[in-house]
Amino acid sequence: VEQVKLLDRFSTSNKSLTGTLYLTATHLLFIDSSQRETWILHHHIAAVEKLPLTTSGCPLVIQCKNFRIVHFVVPRERDCHDIYNSLLQLSRTAQYNELYAFSYNPKQNASEQVKGWQLIDLAEEYKRMGVPNANWQLTDANREYKICETYPKELYVPRTASKPIIVGSSKFRSKGRFPVLSYYHKDKEAAICRCSQPLSGFSARCLEDEHMLQAISKANPSNRFMYVMDTRPKLNAMANRAAGKGYENEDNYSNIRFQFVGIENIHVMRSSLQKLLEVSGTKGLSVNDFLSGLESSGWLRHIKAVLDAAVFLVKAIAVESASVLVHCSDGWDRTSQVCSLGALLLDSYYRTIKGFMVLIEKDWIAFGHKFSDRCCQLDGDPKEISPVFTQFLECVWNLMEQFPQAFEYNEAFLLQIHEHVHSCQFGNFLGNCQKEREELKFKEKTYSLWPFLLDEQKKYQNPLYNPDFSPELSLLEPNTVSFNFKFWRNMYHQFDRSLHPRQSVLDLIMNMSDENKQLEKDIKELEAKIKRRSGQVDGVLLKEPLPPAPPAPVLLKSPPCFQKEPPLVPGSDSVRTIEGSSSADNRYSEFMEELGKAEPAVVSLEYGVARMTC
Amino acid sequence: MEFAELIKTPRVDNVVLHRPFYPAVEGTLCLTGHHLILSSRRQDDAEELWLLHSNIDSIEKRFVGSLGTIIIKCKDLRIIQLDIPGMEECLNIASSIEALSTLDSVTLMYPFFYRPMFEVVEDGWRSFLPEQEFELLSSLTDEWRLSCINKEFSVCPSYPAVVIVPKSIDDEALRKVALFRHGSRFPVLSYYHKKNGMVMMRSSQPLTGTNGRRCKEDEKLINATLRAGKRGYIIDTRSLNVAQQARAKGGGFEQEAHYPQWRRIHKSIERFNILQESLIKLVEACNDQSHNMDRWLSKLEASNWLTHIKEILTAACLAAQCIDREGASVLVHGTEGTDSTLQVTSLAQIILDPRCRTIRGFESLVVREWLQAGHPFQQRCAQSAYSNSKQKWEAPVFLLFLDCVWQILRQFPCSFEFNEHFLIMLFEHAYASQFGTFLGNNESERSKLKLQQKTMSLWSWVNRPQELNKYKNPLFEANSLVIWPSVAPQSLQLWEGVFLRWNRSSKFLDEAYEEMVTLIEYNKQLKAKVNALRRQLAELETDDRMQENP
Repeated sequence: VEQVKLLDRFSTSNKSLTGTLYLTATHLLFIDSSQRETWILHHHIAAVEKLPLTTSGCPLVIQCKNFRIVHFVVPRERDCHDIYNSLLQLSRTAQYNELYAFSYNPKQNASEQVKGWQLIDLAEEYKRMGVPNANWQLTDANREYKICETYPKELYVPRTASKPIIVGSSKFRSKGRFPVLSYYHKDKEAAICRCSQPLSGFSARCLEDEHMLQAISKANPSNRFMYVMDTRPKLNAMANRAAGKGYENEDNYSNIRFQFVGIENIHVMRSSLQKLLEVSGTKGLSVNDFLSGLESSGWLRHIKAVLDAAVFLVKAIAVESASVLVHCSDGWDRTSQVCSLGALLLDSYYRTIKGFMVLIEKDWIAFGHKFSDRCCQLDGDPKEISPVFTQFLECVWNLMEQFPQAFEYNEAFLLQIHEHVHSCQFGNFLGNCQKEREELKFKEKTYSLWPFLLDEQKKYQNPLYNPDFSPELSLLEPNTVSFNFKFWRNMYHQFDRSLHPRQSVLDLIMNMSDENKQLEKDIKELEAKIKRRSGQVDGVLLKEPLPPAPPAPVLLKSPPCFQKEPPLVPGSDSVRTIEGSSSADNRYSEFMEELGKAEPAVVSLEYGVARMTC
Repeated sequence: MEFAELIKTPRVDNVVLHRPFYPAVEGTLCLTGHHLILSSRRQDDAEELWLLHSNIDSIEKRFVGSLGTIIIKCKDLRIIQLDIPGMEECLNIASSIEALSTLDSVTLMYPFFYRPMFEVVEDGWRSFLPEQEFELLSSLTDEWRLSCINKEFSVCPSYPAVVIVPKSIDDEALRKVALFRHGSRFPVLSYYHKKNGMVMMRSSQPLTGTNGRRCKEDEKLINATLRAGKRGYIIDTRSLNVAQQARAKGGGFEQEAHYPQWRRIHKSIERFNILQESLIKLVEACNDQSHNMDRWLSKLEASNWLTHIKEILTAACLAAQCIDREGASVLVHGTEGTDSTLQVTSLAQIILDPRCRTIRGFESLVVREWLQAGHPFQQRCAQSAYSNSKQKWEAPVFLLFLDCVWQILRQFPCSFEFNEHFLIMLFEHAYASQFGTFLGNNESERSKLKLQQKTMSLWSWVNRPQELNKYKNPLFEANSLVIWPSVAPQSLQLWEGVFLRWNRSSKFLDEAYEEMVTLIEYNKQLKAKVNALRRQLAELETDDRMQENP
C-alpha cells in the first residue's frame, strides 16, 4: 500500500513520515521516502487496532511485544481494513509449525544445526557446580516424563531420596513437580531446590514428601536447617488451601523454616505492565503524572519484590550455609525468577555471556517456564500471558546498573534475548516444556538462538567487565532500597529514540575497546616491520614497552556463520551521530512550525514537544 | 568579636564519629573559629574530619545518661553523628557549633581568614572580566557598547559596574529605562548567537502598574536589538496570571500595543519558598531508606523537584529555540530578574554555545550570568535542606540550575569538558567555602567587602592543572553543534551524585568510572605509539632509499 503515513508516537502536532507499507509472509515492512526501513515481525505484534476514520485516512495502531508502538494512517479505508485483517490472521498462529522458526533458514548445514543445539549442555553445567557428588545424584525417575511432564528428563536429587520417596513426593505436589536441585553451591555445600506447592489442603500430609525435604536438608552437612520459601503472598497461599493445595506446615516437617516472600501472581503482573505502558505511552506526560503512574502501576514494587526474594535466598545460602527450597503455585514462574536470580547473585559464571545462556536454559527452559503461554506464541488464552521473564531481565538490568563491572554482557544482550523470546525465530523458547519440544522435534526443525548470539557477541560485551571483579563463585550483594530501582527506559522505549540520551557512553566505550585491540595488533605489525628493516640497516629501534593492557574480557569460542537478519538489532546505528543536532530529529522544531501560525497567549512545551494553546 | 568567647569547650577526648558506610572513628574533637575537627588518635591511619562551621545546616542533640549525641546535618546534605561523653561538654559543643555556624557578619566568615597553601598562578578574581567578554563580542559585531553608567553601582545596585547595551542607546536613556524596571534592572545583553547574530537579553519586569505606564526609552532599547522587519520574543518566566497580579504591586509585563514587534510567551517557573520546600521534601525522601516502593515514588513525586527541573529546562529550550531556529532575538525576565531569569539565560547558552560546555567557558558563564548578574547567593544559599528557619529568600535556585546542567550532561555525555564532580564542587562552594567567590549578593556588596583584596577566589584554586584534572570529562570531544535535550519525564533522572551521595555506597560505580578512564587513557597511549612507530618506519624506508641511490 502506498502513501501510508507513519505518525510519530509522542508528537502532538502529528508529524509523520510518508512511505510504502509492505506485507510479507513473516514481516510487515515500511519504507519511508528517505528509504529508511522499519521491519516488524508478525509474531511481535501483540495487538492491532483500527481507529475511527479521520480526514487524512484510516489510522491503524500496532502494538508490539517488544514495546514498539507504530501508528500508521492508511489513505483508503478498504486498504486499511485489508491490512488489519491480514495482520490479525498473520499475528495469530494456531500451530507451532506455522511459526517463523520453521521457515527461518539461516543457511546453516545440518551438522552446524546440531552443534548449535549442543552448545548448551546442562549435564556439563551440573558437573561444573559439582554434582553428582557424595550427597547428590542424577535420578532417572523422570526418564519418560512419567512422573512430571513439565520437568526435564535429567533431574538431580539427594542420594538418600529413593525412588518411592520421589514418586510419593511428586504425587503430593501440584503438577507432580517434586523438589529437585536447581543450583548447588560447592563451597557452602548448600543447595537451591525448587518444586511446586504441596497438596496439603487444610491438613493433608505426605510422609514421602516429608522424607524428601529431610533428604534435602541432610544432603547439606553444613547446616541441618533448611528454608522453605513460598514466593507467594501469604493470603494467596492460604486461599489455595481451599482448593486442596497450600503450603508446608512447619509442624509436619522437621528442620524447616518456612517463609513467605510475597511476589504477586501472573495476573497482577500482567495488568501492572499494562498500566505502566499506558502511563509511559501518554502524550504530553508531566513529571508528576509519570511518577504517580509509575507508582500506581506497581511495576517497580514487583521488581523490587522479586529481587528482595532473591536476596533473601542468597543470604540463607551465603550466610547460614542453609539449603533453600523455593516454590510458588506451579513452580514455573516466580520460582524460576527467584532461583535464577539467586544463582546469578551467588555465582559469577552466570554473569558471563555463556553462563547467562546456561542459566536461562536451566531454570527457565528446562524447568518448564511456559514461554509459549506467557508470551502468547500461539493464539491462546490471554489470561495466560504474563511478563514474568521480562521481569527477570529487568532485575538483571538493575543489578547491572549497580555493578557495572560484574557482568560480561551489556544491556543490548538482555534486549536481544527479550526480542527473541517473542520473535519465534529460534526454537529455544518455543513451547511450554521439554516434553512438548521433543514431541514436536524442534531441535531438528528449528535453530538455536545461542550460537547466533555468541557469533555476534562483540555487540553484547560489556567493555568495563572485569572478570576479577570478584573471586570465583563470588557473591553480589545488591542494595534493594527503593531509590535504586529505576524505570527501564531502554526496554519500554527502545524504539522511541527521542527519549534516549543523544550520545551513548556504552557504544563509545565499546568502540574504543575494539579499537584498542586493533591498535595493539597494528603495533605488533609495525614493530615486526621495523625489526626487519633495522636488521638490514642499523636503525635505532624505539624501545618502548607496550603500555600495560587493562584486563581483557574472556573471549568465548564463537561458532561459525551467521547472517544478520534485518530486524535483529534496532539500535545499532553509527555511534557518534549527535541526533539532537540535526533539525529533522529534534522535537522542538515542531514548535516553530506552529509558532508561525497564530498569535499565542500561552505556549506549552510538553514532552519535549512544543505546542501552542491559544 | 573573639571566636574564643563562643567556644566554651575547645577540646573533648573520646568522641565517636558515625558516618554511613564507614566504620565509626574514635578521636579527639576540637573546635576552632571556623572548623570542627575530629582526629583519631590511632597512629596507623590517622583519620581527620575537617568540617566548616558554615557547612552546618542544623544540629540536634540527644542524651542517653551522660552520653550526649550531636547529629550534624550539613548543607552538602551529609549527616554525621558525634557521640560525646559528658553532658556539659556536649551542651557546650552544641551551643558553640550553633553559634559559629550562624554568624551574622560576613566578614567573620572563613574566607576572610583563609590563607592559601598553594601557589597562585592566576588570580581568579581577574580571570573573567566583563571587559574581556566585550572584547570577544566586538570582534563579531559593533552594534553593542560597554557602558560604565553603573560605575558606583548608583543606577542599579544589583548590576556590575559595567554592562553591555545596544550602541544606539545612550546612558541618559538607560537611566530612564532603569526607572521603568524593577530594581532598576534595565535590559542588558546576556548572549550573542554567533551563527545568526541574534541576541538574548535579560532584565527585570517593567513597572507598568495597573494604569499601563509605558517608557519610550525602554521600547527603543529593546527594539534596537531587532533586525529590520523581524520580530522578537519576550519570555516571561511567570504564568500570565502571576504577571497580571504583579501589576497591582506596580510591576507588570510588556503590553502588545507598546511592543508590537515582540511576542510575549509565559513559561511558569516556581520561585523561592516553593523551591526550598521542594528541596526539603526531596532530601527527606532520599534520606529515608525504609520507604517501600510506593512511598518512595509518591514522596519523589510530592517533592515536585523533577517537575521544576522540567519547567526550567523547557523554558531554556524555548529561549534557545527562538534564537537558533526562529532567528529571533529574545528578552527574558521574571519579576526581579535575579533567579528564574538567570536559570533560563544560562541554560539556553549551554544549549547553544559550545564554549559554555568547556570548563573555562562554564566558569565564565557562572561568573557572568550568576555572580555579576546579581543572583543573591548569600541570601539564597544561607541554608539548605535541613534548615528550620523558613526565611523567604532562601531557595535552591543555583542547585536547580546545576541539576539541569547535569541532566543535559547525562544526555550528551561527550559534549562537556567537565564531569559531574565539577558541578558537585560548585554546589558545595556555593553553600560553604573557604573562598570568597560566592560571598555577597551582588558585585556592589562584594566590592564593599573588598573580597578581591581580602579573600581568595575559587577560580584561583580550581584552575590549577593538578586540581582541574579531577574535573575533566574523559569522554569530551568538542562538539560545535547546538544540543537539544529531551525534557520528557522518562528522560529526566534524580541527580544521584548529590541527593543519594551520602545514602548509598558508590564504590562500584566509582570503580567502573575509573575503569572507563583507564580504557580511554590506554587508547590514547596506543594511538601515540602507533603514530610513533609509523613515523619510525617511514624514516627507515627513506633511509633505505637513500642508501640504494646514494
